[in-house]
Amino acid sequence: MAAEQNKVDSLTGVSTTGHDWDGIHELNTPLPRWWLWLFYATIVWAIGYVIAYPALPLVSGFTKGVLGYASRDQIESDMAALNQLRGEKVAALAKTSPADIEKSAELQEIARAVGKAAFGNNCAPCHGQGGAGSKGFPNLVDDQWLWGGTLENIQQTITYGIRNENAESRQGNMPAFGKDGLLKKDEIPVVAAYVVSLSGRKPEGAADLAKGAKIFAENCAACHGEQGKGNPEVGAPNLTSNIWLYGGDQKTIEETVTNGRGGVMPAWNGRLDEATIKALTVYVHTLSGGK
Amino acid sequence: MTIGEGGSVIAFAALAVLTIIIAAKAYTPAYAFHAYLFAAGSVAAVFAIFNTYFARSAEPVPQEINGRPNYNYGPIKFATVAAVIWGIAGFTVGLIAALQLAYPVLNFDFAYSNFGRLRPLHTSAVIFAFGGNVLLATSFYVVQRTCHARLAGTIAPWFVILGYNFFIVIAGTGYLLGITQGKEYAEPEWYADLWLTVVWVVYLLVFLATIWKRKEPHIYVANWFYLAFIVTIAMLHLGNNATVPVSLFSPKSYIVWSGVQDAMVQWWYGHNAVGFFLTAGFLAIMYYFVPKQANRPVYSYRLSIVHFWALIFIYIWAGPHHLHYTALPDWAQTLGMVFSVVLWMPSWGGMINGLMTLQGAWDKLRTDPVLRMMVVSLAFYGMSTFEGPLMSIKAVNSLSHYTDWTIGHVHSGALGWVGYISFGAIYCLVPWLWNRSRLYSLKLVNWHFWVSTLGIVLYVSAMWVSGILQGLMWRSYTGRGFLEYSFIETTEAMHPFYVIRALGGGLFVLGALIMAYNIWKTITATDLAVEPEARPQLVAAE
Repeated sequence: MAAEQNKVDSLTGVSTTGHDWDGIHELNTPLPRWWLWLFYATIVWAIGYVIAYPALPLVSGFTKGVLGYASRDQIESDMAALNQLRGEKVAALAKTSPADIEKSAELQEIARAVGKAAFGNNCAPCHGQGGAGSKGFPNLVDDQWLWGGTLENIQQTITYGIRNENAESRQGNMPAFGKDGLLKKDEIPVVAAYVVSLSGRKPEGAADLAKGAKIFAENCAACHGEQGKGNPEVGAPNLTSNIWLYGGDQKTIEETVTNGRGGVMPAWNGRLDEATIKALTVYVHTLSGGK
Repeated sequence: MTIGEGGSVIAFAALAVLTIIIAAKAYTPAYAFHAYLFAAGSVAAVFAIFNTYFARSAEPVPQEINGRPNYNYGPIKFATVAAVIWGIAGFTVGLIAALQLAYPVLNFDFAYSNFGRLRPLHTSAVIFAFGGNVLLATSFYVVQRTCHARLAGTIAPWFVILGYNFFIVIAGTGYLLGITQGKEYAEPEWYADLWLTVVWVVYLLVFLATIWKRKEPHIYVANWFYLAFIVTIAMLHLGNNATVPVSLFSPKSYIVWSGVQDAMVQWWYGHNAVGFFLTAGFLAIMYYFVPKQANRPVYSYRLSIVHFWALIFIYIWAGPHHLHYTALPDWAQTLGMVFSVVLWMPSWGGMINGLMTLQGAWDKLRTDPVLRMMVVSLAFYGMSTFEGPLMSIKAVNSLSHYTDWTIGHVHSGALGWVGYISFGAIYCLVPWLWNRSRLYSLKLVNWHFWVSTLGIVLYVSAMWVSGILQGLMWRSYTGRGFLEYSFIETTEAMHPFYVIRALGGGLFVLGALIMAYNIWKTITATDLAVEPEARPQLVAAE
């Protein structure tokens, strides 16, 4: 070992430590200065930071730091600044009716700002970011409304939802005419063909529209109306507008008649505060097509 | 029959009986399946021990042959091949998970292929199955060579390797079947944890006993790092898996920690899994394979001592930076942050020692793609150990936390550092273990290098852009003081970067497949065979 002690590496001119591990040697290079000084600098900075901020646990409590920082205080001051930015007008939303909000240009603008943020985080997963909906989730930007498109109707729907466990929620189901045996199997294509004809389209194949109309009058008209114009009281859609929630081709209508339909929407009462629900009401109402 | 053989047979027979009883009375079919796997594994172990007993000669295996240590390579070969196979499996599952994030339809509405189950399968497969087998293989190789002594034990090294891989099978099938304790990077349930504890203690004993009987006066720096890795992982594993099982017949258990203390223990574990599994362990690999492949002395013995002690002392305190701006008390957040920043230079000590070892041998980077891979891994190591302290600073963390920036940071470390140093070590080990004069093809190593480097660059840069974009969108307010973007809008904005990330991941998988082919051809190429102990010479790439 001793013989190797001062062996000098010819390429670097640095001596080795004399160790030999499976052919690996080590140079006796001193610590790089820049490395050492940066290491010291981070330690000095760390000591300074520990003095400035809450850092060391004590028997009870901890050192508070000379700057008196606390993350709880920071949140409170951030929230206070935010509320100041939002201003009193936002608070006023809770005390104003949606109709009055819409009348005031300034309040309407604030309501739409609040509503857009709330819509994106709560409604968009089903109704889409722009409110255009998708199969089974109603489009909110057209002028057809399942449960009514007035401000009161929209506020009621958002507050209590549709077909959920809330006692105030909107109820009304499309029965499963086929599955529950309310219509005979061969009657379903006949009535479906008639429904297709209601929106001014030509049904598939040779359809007995007179028979279809009779079945419709006996089974469907109670909710959808004699003309098939729908009834927002029970959420029965207008069948003449050629706007379809689940699809308007004859096959899908047969499926709808056979199995029934009943989409649900949660009650937002309790999840969102009153001001937010009002803002959402105004936002949805003004998306387009509000009544 | 030796005491070791007899004792092992009795222990495995007892385990077989116990697990068959558990299987019969298990509350869930998935748990019964695992119990049967344990029983089958135990029976196989008993047979294997008897087989070896009847096949072996009466004398114990010689410790030395012709004055040279009779190195034990069998378990190392197994772990090396296992690392390649698990690696490809883990990378592929990661690619699927990345594609699912870009195209959720690829979840197929099927429980077993759901992102929630594939994600832990990916992380465990790459960290513990791939990384773990690389660490087992290299540590058993390095400790023998640098101690100039045969690996301690006869059954024990095989028990460590096979037992560890059995743990991987239990963990992985458990995730797919829905068995998890829901702790990130520590998902396996209590019975898998207990099994791993036994395996790990035997691992520590084999490693220590080999060092104990070394023929060298000192202990090489790589072995310090391996030892720090083994000891600390044992401590972390026990601390973070302190659970109480519901019943011997149920896979479910409850953790003894609660609330924010549980979160703190979890991230003390999670951060130090990075520190001691993915950093200390792989630095050990670097300290043997880089000087060996470059054929140059290690740059600085002093730096290795100072950065080793600084690293292991400081790393263990940095965990709270994972819990900035949470219910964790302010003082703990501060400590986590300052220790993370102080950790910067100790981390870089390893990079400097690795890179500067090449002084006087930089020209080898042109001709030796294996060395190039290891040098680039050190560059990625340096980059991510700078980025880590930066992200631990609370002001930066308020932007980066919970965003894809974290994913990008982790993968620059995982793909660049851990992946490349592992590939480099595997490319070195295979010709050495199988007595081949060289690798089958350096050209393919070159291809592996460039394909996966492109993949890493795409992956990491996509996640940086996506993460910072996401963080900025989350904190963006309108002039009225309301959030500018909904969560869904941020998700939509990230989609193109998710596609680029998946592309990068795909290239990384492709690179690993090229490596697997090269390794397979090297092992099976009998025309490359050389006498044992003749070290392979590198051939310049044409």
